[in-house]
Amino acid sequence: MSAEVPYRPSGAGDKIQKQIQLPFSKAWQISLQGIRIRWARSLITASGIFLGIAFFSFVRTAGLFPVNLADKEAVAAANRQTWLAIMALLVCFVGIMNAMLMSVTERFKEIGTMKCLGALDNFVVKLFFIEAGLMGILASFLGWLMGWLIMVLLHLISKGVEGMGGAFFGSSLKEMAVSVMIGATITMLAAVPPARRAAKMPPVAALRSEI
Amino acid sequence: MAAHEYVVRTKGLVKIYTMGEEVLRALNGVDLDIRRGEYISIMGPSGSGKSTLFNAIGGLDKPDEGSVFINDVDMAQLDARELAYLRCHTIGYIFQTFNLIPVMTALENVTLPTVFAGAPTDQGIERGIELLNLVGLGHRLHHRPTQLSGGQQQRVAIARALANNPSIILADEPTGNLDLKTGEEIIELLRLLNREQGVTVISATHDYKMVNVSDRVVWIRDGKIAKIEERANIDIQVGQMAGEEH
Repeated sequence: MSAEVPYRPSGAGDKIQKQIQLPFSKAWQISLQGIRIRWARSLITASGIFLGIAFFSFVRTAGLFPVNLADKEAVAAANRQTWLAIMALLVCFVGIMNAMLMSVTERFKEIGTMKCLGALDNFVVKLFFIEAGLMGILASFLGWLMGWLIMVLLHLISKGVEGMGGAFFGSSLKEMAVSVMIGATITMLAAVPPARRAAKMPPVAALRSEI
Repeated sequence: MAAHEYVVRTKGLVKIYTMGEEVLRALNGVDLDIRRGEYISIMGPSGSGKSTLFNAIGGLDKPDEGSVFINDVDMAQLDARELAYLRCHTIGYIFQTFNLIPVMTALENVTLPTVFAGAPTDQGIERGIELLNLVGLGHRLHHRPTQLSGGQQQRVAIARALANNPSIILADEPTGNLDLKTGEEIIELLRLLNREQGVTVISATHDYKMVNVSDRVVWIRDGKIAKIEERANIDIQVGQMAGEEH
């Protein structure tokens, strides 16, 4: 054997091969299974999203009912709603961030292991993207529904069907879209960057990380 | 083929850790050639640099200087996808803490590397069952890691390391979290795989039971190779202490 070894042998059969990209369906399959098996943990994470959006939706729905402009107290209350909505958004932002960051960092070791087994960085990111997306959309929708239902119930009890015409339901649908979008966006914002960071680390750094 | 006599070669490996003011040379010029089919133990006290060497050989961490050649390919020259291919196909990793994916069953854990390799699902499952049978866990296919003992988890990890027929198995303190008897069984299994499948086993350890089955023992101290012993010499030294194996 010669003393020096070539950097990249170019001889036939010695060609350096690249890892294949896995299809999206494979990531989808593994993500779904992860959520299913980790059901209890996923529920806790999702409830963070759910409650945040429920509060937000509750406040927003209250603002959908028409206000009697002659009633000064009602007008003042309606103005307070704006501030409440901002507060609600903050609360749900922090709640979701916290839940998602925890659920990603506690799996750094898993990310390191997957990389040792030959996972590409973007495949790992895909897993977390799908998981966060699914949880974000589902939990946000349910959260919106919960907040909306409670507000509508309260309204029915105190004021009956007053102000619950087609316009109300139309705006409710819009609110639903806003809630789901906000929820899903915050969820993915909280999950994907740390997952990407972990995927880009040398495996040993991800394996070593402890929480 | 002469060019493939060595499966791993390292040249002048240096790894530096800085902790505040202090500079620690965890590896300080390590040259090591490992032959194909060898069972080699890297021994040394904690903090000697053996885990750092393990990580460098496995491409899990980049050395600051020097190079690692796997099958005559310089690892530093590989891009991310080539490195992933290498980790997937050429090297099998075994860890002290097993590192199984907790949400997956034994079979799914073993099958995962074949998924990353792009093998068809049924082929991967067939391979997984075959390997779990080989390590004596054919009756525990659908158990999760939490439902398995430490020794069983390490067997799953060994099966997983073999999934894509690697030429090298890298084991970092594989018996570190196991009791004496289970540790011996794991060592025995690694030795068996080394003999029967011809896979090169490189193991970082401070378990003296490991010395007994090794073809060569590399002693690391303060980031340098203190000495390399061939099996013939080792038997004399630890023969009475740990008992003959053959």
